[in-house]
Formats: sequence, C-alpha cells, structure tokens
Amino acid sequence: MIPRPKPERFRLRRTMIFMSAQKPGLIKDAYIYGVDSIMLDLEDAVAENQKDAARFSLYHCLKTIDYGDTEVIVRINGLDTPHWQEDIRVCVAGGADGIRIAKCESAQDVHTVEAAVLAAEKEFGVEEGRTLLMAALESPKGILNAYEICSASDRMFGVAISGGDFRKCMQTKFQPDGVDMLVARGQMLLAARAAGVQCFDTVFTNLNDEEGYRAEVMQNKAMGFDGKSLINPKQIRLVHELFAPTEKEIVQAEKIVRAYREQSAAGVGVFTVDGKMIDIAFIPGAERTLKLARACGLYEGDLV
Amino acid sequence: MKNAVGRDIPDYLLVNGKEVYQGKNYMDGKYIQKAAPKTRRYEKPQESKIVATIADALRQCGCKDGCTFSFHHHLRNGDYVANMVVKAAVEELGVKDITVAATSLGSAHDVIADYIEQGIVVGVQTSGIRGRIGDVVSAGKLKTPAIIRSHGGRPRAIEAGEVHIDIAVVAAPTSDCMGNCRGIGGKHNCGSMGYAMTDAKYADHVIVVTDDLVDFPNYPASVEAIDVDAVVVVDCIGDPKKIASAAARISQNPRDLMMAENVAKVIAATPYFKEGFSFQTGVGGPSLAANLFLEKYMDERGIKMGWAIGGICGPMVELLKKGKVGKVIDVQDFDLESVNSINQTPNHFEMSASQYANPANKGAFVNKLDFVVLAALEIDTGFNVNVLTGSDGVLRGAPGGHPDTAAGSKCCIIVTPLTRGRMATVCEHVVTVTTPGDCVDVLVTDYGIAVNPLRPDLIECLDKAGIPHVSIESLKEKAYSLVGRPDDLEWEDKVVAVLEARDGTILDVVRKIKPYTVDQD
Repeated sequence: MIPRPKPERFRLRRTMIFMSAQKPGLIKDAYIYGVDSIMLDLEDAVAENQKDAARFSLYHCLKTIDYGDTEVIVRINGLDTPHWQEDIRVCVAGGADGIRIAKCESAQDVHTVEAAVLAAEKEFGVEEGRTLLMAALESPKGILNAYEICSASDRMFGVAISGGDFRKCMQTKFQPDGVDMLVARGQMLLAARAAGVQCFDTVFTNLNDEEGYRAEVMQNKAMGFDGKSLINPKQIRLVHELFAPTEKEIVQAEKIVRAYREQSAAGVGVFTVDGKMIDIAFIPGAERTLKLARACGLYEGDLV
Repeated sequence: MKNAVGRDIPDYLLVNGKEVYQGKNYMDGKYIQKAAPKTRRYEKPQESKIVATIADALRQCGCKDGCTFSFHHHLRNGDYVANMVVKAAVEELGVKDITVAATSLGSAHDVIADYIEQGIVVGVQTSGIRGRIGDVVSAGKLKTPAIIRSHGGRPRAIEAGEVHIDIAVVAAPTSDCMGNCRGIGGKHNCGSMGYAMTDAKYADHVIVVTDDLVDFPNYPASVEAIDVDAVVVVDCIGDPKKIASAAARISQNPRDLMMAENVAKVIAATPYFKEGFSFQTGVGGPSLAANLFLEKYMDERGIKMGWAIGGICGPMVELLKKGKVGKVIDVQDFDLESVNSINQTPNHFEMSASQYANPANKGAFVNKLDFVVLAALEIDTGFNVNVLTGSDGVLRGAPGGHPDTAAGSKCCIIVTPLTRGRMATVCEHVVTVTTPGDCVDVLVTDYGIAVNPLRPDLIECLDKAGIPHVSIESLKEKAYSLVGRPDDLEWEDKVVAVLEARDGTILDVVRKIKPYTVDQD
C-alpha cells in the first residue's frame, strides 16, 4: 500500500499526460518521464466492454505504485454514461489525487460529481475534501458556462479544453494558427483567472509535426495557460523548456522582489529598478516567476 | 580461486600459466611471443586458386581429425558458409573432433549444434553464442568447455597461439580467382570484413568461399590473396535479409528516447566532450538513439566528433555525410546504409579486430576512445555487466567488443531499462561477469542514473551540470521492489564455458544449469 500525501490544490501543472488505465505496461511507471501530472484515462481510451477491467488495473496501480511527486488524476466517463459513479468509487478508494470531469457543461455537473466523491470519501474512510476536481470543457455550452464551472467547488483546481470534441461541435478543424479555438481558449482563460483556478490547453495530436507543436506551445504560453495536455512522453520536454522563465526574467524578478522588500521596509511604495517604475502591482508577477523558476530547477534563492 | 570480481574459478582451469582476473591493465608491459602459422609455399605461378568444391578445398588444406576452423560473423544470422564447411568436413571427409573458433555463433548455425550433440564438434571458441548452440553447450553436451572471448581477446589469443587455427574460412561477398576478398561489390554484401583479417594472417590455411567471383585484382582487398590457399565459388553465401537490415531506424519508444537523452546529457557534462572527441555506440534502441541527442549537443556547442568506431550503422554514416564526424572506422556493418558506405564515403574505413580492440598489441583504437555507450542484460551493484547468460543461466549472448571498449574508453556508459518483463536488470550479482565493474563508469536507466564510485571526477561533472544521480544500490532496490527478487540459480559442478577476460585471464565460468523442477508439495 502506497500512502499518497494530501493533494495540493494549486501546484505546478505544466504537463498532464494521458495514459489508458487499461494498459498496465504504460501506467506502471508513467512518472519516470518527469511529467507534472498523469491523467489515467477510463474514458475514451478504454473500450466500452473493458471499463471494469480498466478500473481494476487503475485501482491496483494506485494502491501499489509509488508515483512520488507526480500528481495522479483520473479522467472518468461522462455523466451521460452508466460508468461514472463506479469510476468515482474506484478513484476515491484507490486514493487518486483528483478527478477530471469529462464533457462538463455546468456548475450542476460539478456538484453532481462532488456529491458522489464526498459519498465515496465517506464510504472508504478517505479524508473528506481530499479528492480534487477539474473539468474538461468539450462543448460550446461548457465554454459559455466556464466561469460558473470554475467557481462551482472548493475542490476545483482547474479547467481544460478538449479540442477534438470542441472542434466537432464548432464544425471546424485544427488550424495551425489556433484561430479555430481562439475565442474558446480566451473565454476559458478569462473564466479560470476570474475564478482563481488553473487553465490547461488541449492535446496536440500530430507527433511528427514538431514545428506545429512548438508553435502551439508558444501560443499557449503567450495566452497565459498554466499547462498542456499531452499524449506522448516525448512532448514533455518542449513544454517544460518553453514554459520555464528565461534567465533574464528570473534575474529581473529577483531584483524587483528584493528591491520591493527593502523599499517597503523603509516606507517607500514606488521606486525604480533599472529605470522602470515598480510598485506593489508588480510583486505577484515577479514572485510567480521565481516560484516557477524554482519548480523548474532554475532558481535556488530564498525570496520565495 | 577467487578473482578480482569475486568469482570462484576452479583450480583445474589454472594450468599452463592461466591466471584468474586480477583487474584492469594487469598484463600491461608484459611481452608475448607471437605464434606464427605454418603455411604452404605457392612459389610456382598459378593461374587461379579456384577449386570445385568445399570438400576439395578442405582436402587441399589437409583437413583432418582434431582440426580447428575459424569463421567470422559478418554475414550475421544470414550466414550459410560456416554450416557448409563443417558439413563438408563431417559428411564428405569424415572428420571428427572438430573445434569451431568463430568470431560469433548464432541461430544460423543450428547445424553445428547437431554436431555438438553427436560429439563430432568437440570445442567451441567464440565471442558470441546464441540459438541452439547456446542451449546445447549449456546443457553440457560439448566435450570441452566453450571458451568465450571478447572481440579484442580473440585476436590476442590467436596471436599468442592460445588458439591455433588450422583452416580459416573467409565468407567473401566478392573474391577474385586468387582470393583477394572484399565485403562490397557482390550479391550479398556485408561491408567491413574486419574480424576475418587477423584470422587469415594467423591461420595455417585459408579458404575463401564466395558467390560472386570478380575480375582480378579485387582491390583494395580486405583479406589478401597472399594468405589464401583456395577459392570456392558457391551459389549463395547467405540470406541477404538476415545479413544487413534495410536501415537501422532510431527508436521511437519514449522510454528508449528518454534514456538516450540522458546518455547524451551525461556525455555533454564531461570534460571529454570537446572538439574532436571520439565515440562508439551500440545498435540497441537507446544506445543508437543517443546519436540523435548527441548531435543536438554538438550543434549547441559548435563542436564535431573526431572519429567513431565499432559496429556501424546508418545514423553514424549520416553524421559522417553531414560532416559532423571526421572519420568512421569499423570492423562490422549492421545495415545497408553502412555496408554501402564503407570505403565509398570519404573517411569511412575498415579495420581489423586486432586494430579495433586487441589489448595485447601496441595500442588499439579502443584505447583512444573517449566515450562508449553499451547495453547490458544485467548489471550488478559492483557495476559488473553480463551480456552473455540469460536469467535462466543459459548462454545466449555476446561479449563482442563490450569488455574491450569499456576497458579502453575514458567514459563507459551502460544504458538499460531497470527491468525487462519480470527481470531486474540492475541486480545484486550478475549471473556471469562479462565486463568487470572496474571498466564501467556510468549507468543510465529509465529510473535514474548511477555513477561508479571509482569515478569521483565524473560524479563531480554530473553534479556541476545539475544531472541528478543515485546510488546503484537504490536502483537495485527499486528494481527488486517492482519485480521481486529472483531465487538464486542452481548449478551443477560441470563448467560448460570459460569466460576469458580480454587479457586472457579467467573472468568467470558458466556451469551446467540444474534442470528446473517445480515443488509438488
């Protein structure tokens, strides 16, 4: 039995990799690639007549494999299927860190899942409130209701858009410049930031298109995503590389935070660093840069 | 007597000056008397050395009971020649008590396994032993213990007269009527013929078997007519599909790629990674993929590889063609891309096994190697590597150039997944020590990197570069926690194979395995 520490609602989630819960060879050591979160899938990657077999392998891997610092999330089947309740019982009994609600369209969906999770926590003697939630927005309705979904529960740590289904609903296809999902990504990001939760982009499925993948990850970073869903371990490195703050950004952030602490101790509210005006509004951003740098192994100082 | 890697070597093997393994470079500075062959003079000019059949050639070379044949394995699993020759000796000449001294033996040579079972082949000396031959030798059916040597240890033993070759058989993709052989220009090309070179120089007799007779002179020749007694033309020397694969592709397996990337990271963190560095890598998944990531680091630092050696395949030839490596020098080619490149692409050359790896000559290429990346069946907490015996104790592998390159190089990196199926690759004690731990520097697995404590300088390099590493004991524990700790193998006393270290001392022995029985109660 591997005891897992209590999940952190807000932690580094640059990369979240999908792995079919039906494939023990994959999920037995998915953490070795250095991904931030593993998404064990009970939904689309598992054939309809294999759902219970996948639940068994999921439960036993949660109970026997030491995933260490890697977060373990489970994507459960949609609320319109006969599977989701049993999926939740298995996740909670096994001690998964979180559950991803597929095809989430409303705050009510979140409440429905939350109630089942709470019941399962009681049933299996798991600390109440331990199991985190995130929602996958896969339809226009989900996107339009993003804010109410993001703010539906204290367990919610984030939302992700699911490109495949969403593009189908919108009668569009993947576009290299991202215009097909530009509004949806923007709307979801706005909602997530407004609700104070994290926001993750969809998967990039063409493993041979390295340039296209790089362009999408750069756009993700520019738009302000916290991370990206992945389908293959070889996609991990680029996200970690591009999402990491640059050395220049780290040095600048360090200067700002240090100067702010010195100045505010001396009773000064606004001052300049390298000729730029700095006040308290700059501090959260600078601190976030340093935290991210630390998580990426690029900052060893003591300011955060 | 226990040797330097803790293996108990039976005293009866320690005769005629044989010693147990004492550690790296033990023989340094000693002198050897080379054993010259006794060869026939062909003073009177001959129009041609072609004889009608292999049996005729064997008769001409005085093939008789107790004969030692040498074969080389450039035709790999596609080789027809070794079988043809042994069969002719046995079936047509009625020869008994044969010793087969090959550079490697595999599933292409099941016929020889039959002769071992019949007691006709009584000795085997090889650098690789796979397929049915491995099974029958492990079952104790060979009259004398097989002798397993590295690719460098074999020419050393030949030169020292420890193995005397009566007849060397050269399987030649092309030959002229006088016996000038090349590995290219024919129907079934193999590229380099490096392993055949020393054999041809030190054998009393040399027979060339080819399926593509070309005009005299077939030049520049890998094996020269001055050493050849007879040439036999046959219909087909081998199965081209099994001689060279179409093209060695770099693995897309994410686990292999991750390990390969870490190998490249380790290499780039050492002081040897500088303009003109030298490199050898294996052809296994993660070893070969290391090429890909190494190229990225070379580009980043703006440096080029000086030279590469080894068995060679496509990805290294690509680097040569791109101008990213100065010279490629090889003893064997693994795919069509390298076969078609050797002696054709400028700066792609052939070399003999002795020049490649022999520890007893005056400086083989391996001694100038900066890096070698190698695979392993098992590695233990003493960094000893096994590439010979399976987890069931049966012979099924090949030391090849592993011990030579590990000993010669400045940085030897072993790359292997932590487990294979239910088997722990990193373990307490390897079944057989084929490469001693004092020659192995870094282990890269999918669960982490370990550095040999004998190399504090490399530990410092990794720390400086921020590359995390752990103790090899912790990797072993992790492996056992995942797949369990296997019961010890049970052996009988009979030694079925003697594993020589490259310097000729005894590194380990393989004993007959006790048949496995399941407890009924």
